Amino acid sequence: MIELTHDPIDPAAVLGGVESPEAGAVLLFLGTTRETTDGRRTSSLDYECYPEMARSELAELEAEARARWPLVHCAIVHRLGHLEIGEASVAIAVSSAHRVAAFEAGQWLIDTLKDRVPIWKRENWSDGGADWVHPGFTRKAEGGPRVDRPPTGP
Amino acid sequence: MKVTVLVFAMARQLVGRDRLELDLGDGATVGDLRAALGASHAALAPLLRGSLFAVDQAYADERTPLVPGQEVAMIPPVSGG
Repeated sequence: MIELTHDPIDPAAVLGGVESPEAGAVLLFLGTTRETTDGRRTSSLDYECYPEMARSELAELEAEARARWPLVHCAIVHRLGHLEIGEASVAIAVSSAHRVAAFEAGQWLIDTLKDRVPIWKRENWSDGGADWVHPGFTRKAEGGPRVDRPPTGP
Repeated sequence: MKVTVLVFAMARQLVGRDRLELDLGDGATVGDLRAALGASHAALAPLLRGSLFAVDQAYADERTPLVPGQEVAMIPPVSGG
């Protein structure tokens, strides 16, 4: 099950969606919005995505996880729009007969989501200003992007 | 060949629009599109270097040929989660 939503994520509902009599392990991961990034305070965040592709990439992640691990159920929910600090921006829940598959699949799903799914966040800073987050880029003192490090790989 | 490129996040902010129109030669590839975007929108150049492109909602490589009617998007480094 995959979902992109502008509404707050209900962790109990996500967890309930993957529970099963066949499962001996149920794992829930929540990614929550953090107040401090590199020593700078964030007051809130905004998330946007490329909706059609984000949905297809999330569906692909679920399919790949199911192919790699014997999962009973799998749920990936990502929040969009404006989030305050401490809110859940992403929830991943998996269930499996035994715990190793659930831990491994959960770790792989969040790592791969962060690497591949076209979703972006903007940090709204407590001291003013806002920056889209693009790993590999950083903010210049007076606005405008610059290359923080050269692209890696071929 | 007219190509419309969807842009997101910082790229959208830099150009002030959510899509850009480019005129490319027939047989153009994603690599040609990347070069044309950097030439026509210099502000995008640093971000373009680390960006990928998607064609019809799937990641494409530099040699992927473009044909009219496809949905093309610039995907700057992602930061979901």
